[in-house]
Amino acid sequence: MAEGAPMLEVADIATFYGRAQVLDGVSFSVAPGEVVALLGRNGAGKTTTLKSIIGLVPPRAGRVTFRGQEITGWPSYRIARAGLGYVPEERRIFTQLTVAENLEVGRQPPREGAVGWSEDALFELFPNLAERRGNLGKALSGGEQQMLTIARTLMGNPALVLLDEPSEGIAPVIVAQMARAVRRLKAEGLTVVLSEQNLAFARAVADRAVILDHGRVRFDDSFAALDARPEVRDAHLSVSGA
Amino acid sequence: MGLILAQLLTGLANAGALFMVASGLSLIFGVTRIVNFAHGSFYMLGAYVGYSLMQVLPGAVGFWGAILLSGLVVGLIGALVEVIVLRRVYAAPELFQLVATFGVILVVQDLALAIWGPTDLLGPRAPGLRGVVRVMGEPVPQYDLALIAITPVVALALWYLIARTRVGVLVRAATQDREMVAALGVNQRWLFTGTFFLGCALAGLGGALQLPKGGADLLMDFTILAQVFVVVVIGGMGSLPGALLASVLISVLNVFGVSYLPQSTLVLMYVVMVAVLMWRPFGLLGRAEVAGELGQVGAPEEPIRPAGWPIRATVAAALAVLAALPFWGSPFSVVLATDILIFCLFAASLHMLIGLGGLVSFGHAAFWGGGAYVAALLVARLDVPMEVAMLAAPVGAGLAALAVGWIALRASGVYFAMLTLAFAQLLWSLVLQWGAVTGGDDGIVGVWPADWASGNTAYFYLALALSVGGILALRHMAHAPLGYALRAARDAPLRAEATGLHTRRLQLVAFALAGTLAGLAGGLFVFSKGSVFPNELEISRSFDALIVVFLGGVKTLSGGWVGGAVFESAEDLLTRFAFWRLTLGLLIIAVVIVAPEGIVGAARGLARRAGLTRDADPAREDAR
Repeated sequence: MAEGAPMLEVADIATFYGRAQVLDGVSFSVAPGEVVALLGRNGAGKTTTLKSIIGLVPPRAGRVTFRGQEITGWPSYRIARAGLGYVPEERRIFTQLTVAENLEVGRQPPREGAVGWSEDALFELFPNLAERRGNLGKALSGGEQQMLTIARTLMGNPALVLLDEPSEGIAPVIVAQMARAVRRLKAEGLTVVLSEQNLAFARAVADRAVILDHGRVRFDDSFAALDARPEVRDAHLSVSGA
Repeated sequence: MGLILAQLLTGLANAGALFMVASGLSLIFGVTRIVNFAHGSFYMLGAYVGYSLMQVLPGAVGFWGAILLSGLVVGLIGALVEVIVLRRVYAAPELFQLVATFGVILVVQDLALAIWGPTDLLGPRAPGLRGVVRVMGEPVPQYDLALIAITPVVALALWYLIARTRVGVLVRAATQDREMVAALGVNQRWLFTGTFFLGCALAGLGGALQLPKGGADLLMDFTILAQVFVVVVIGGMGSLPGALLASVLISVLNVFGVSYLPQSTLVLMYVVMVAVLMWRPFGLLGRAEVAGELGQVGAPEEPIRPAGWPIRATVAAALAVLAALPFWGSPFSVVLATDILIFCLFAASLHMLIGLGGLVSFGHAAFWGGGAYVAALLVARLDVPMEVAMLAAPVGAGLAALAVGWIALRASGVYFAMLTLAFAQLLWSLVLQWGAVTGGDDGIVGVWPADWASGNTAYFYLALALSVGGILALRHMAHAPLGYALRAARDAPLRAEATGLHTRRLQLVAFALAGTLAGLAGGLFVFSKGSVFPNELEISRSFDALIVVFLGGVKTLSGGWVGGAVFESAEDLLTRFAFWRLTLGLLIIAVVIVAPEGIVGAARGLARRAGLTRDADPAREDAR
């Protein structure tokens, strides 16, 4: 990988659910170590963008390049093994498995150029999970489930994490913990792409905002630049969380 | 006291093989969501392979080695089937894969016949375990005691694998959300193949282990399949402890049933199953099945629309040609066409239930055979005229469907399917064992139509009118409010309820209607043949209809009768040759691979590609 080359490059992808087109030529790139927030209203295409990258809903057109290698059309498991971690929005933990077993599912061998996570390091990052080690997934609270999904993905030692709406539907105190966790990931050298509706949360953790609306990128710049253009915010984001 | 204990031990010994086969089926279903109809065939293969291996391997080491090797060989065959056939159809609509496994049943039946011959094979006795042990004065075979010792070991090993190893963790995770497992970097392909290997190996092991007790024969695939379905459902789909508990329960009950209530043997386990499922709709230790679970949602359904004029014109022309058949075809072709028409009505009734209602029934033969028996009993025992009997067949079958549906619809998904299977088996065993009324195995003969309809041509027109009428009525229903409501209840039961639809009652109406039309088809059938036998109520008859519906295409309106016509013609053509099962089985597997959307679905795709239909959609084309 050449110096200064992007970690992840999404080039003009178009993604459909059946006949319905959700993404209509989305392009953006992410530099190593950067935290990028995908912003937009419900239905703007944030989740679909992440699912397109990880291969759960493969794009019908366009290219996704990860560390200089084109991964478009790869099965999800290969993309994950290449070092792309995915944390789904609906939490999707394995409710019938214990916390430790959930982590085991995510475990992949350490990878060159990525942080190596151990169970202990994760329990340090999310202390709540340590006490819940032997509990079944279904016994966890919403916030604990959210932590578990992130921890589970980190067990795969990814170089880049796709985080789908990490602040959604959890208590404010947990949101603060979540923000700390994301900053910690950045400090460890991970690259993060997260989707958010909560502008305050995104501003607190991300370096850059990419705003989606109707399946297209409408804005791609720093938060300072976004503040200078209130009309962009009004046109493409909901007013809450400003 | 001693006798009871001895019987208990026999029951426990019988539970061993049953548990192994059932846990394999349960495992495969849990991970891959495939209802493996061929599981009984792998059990049968285990017995035959074990038999052959025991012929060549000498002594006690050879005997036990042969059993282990049989498991291995059968497991490899299962993995091969998974890699060659099933891998290609995981993306197909839910449950479609069972069609492929049905093809495997047919192939295995003919291969076993070709390799091991038609005569039943007597299993060799276990070296060193040929005698009996006296337990409180009663003789108990030593081999039974060995089985009682082996079963917990196998169960424990399985438990360890599933509960304590990484593979087990992955298997359990995949059972819940396989898409998420893939997104975490696990290659599901090998997980699925591995699960298939293990599940089939367990079936093979079970088949080889029971050799000294039961030997090997060509009917054992279906015999065990019915039992295994019952065990898995009673225990709870996907639960290993449940499978163990239910195997013991069923085996012990069977042993006592044979001794104290011999006329009940066939019925007993189904009664237990119905009782358990009414009390616990997901089995003793099972969990609620979530419909359309995460990551299992198929491609969005095509909207259904009335046929355009080219299709209408084609169908009208084909009907005209068919109606003129007595003038241009041979007398034999008229009889064959009558058979096909009747079967098409039967298939169309099940197709409506599955396609519109989303209710997969494994026991639709109950209403087909039920209708046939109602008509036959009325004519043969009460001298009722044909016209009345022909009316009583759908009415009787419809009422039976109402009763069965009322109970079975408490469950959903595979449990619902199994309950319908149980009721069909219940009816079958009743008919078989209540010889005084039903004639038992000898069936009912001499059921001929009234004079005006007794000629082949006249009866052909009767069948044409009633079958085409029934199929058109079903088609009309799909475009009527009832059809809309049914599809709403199928796709989003909660939202349908929230808009004021009584989903369960809707489904009951659909079930009763499907039963009624199947009964009409059964009535037509019995007068065309002049007789009816219990095999019209068998599992394999239910499966025939099921296969036809899936082969025709579930997500199309005409899949039922088109599949029926193709399948019935193919079967008629093929049965004239030796090894027709093998050919038919391979044909079915080929269709499954080439046309996972069914015959009609594939034809529609072809027509669209050729630009023949107006609703061409370039966006969808890209997806293929």
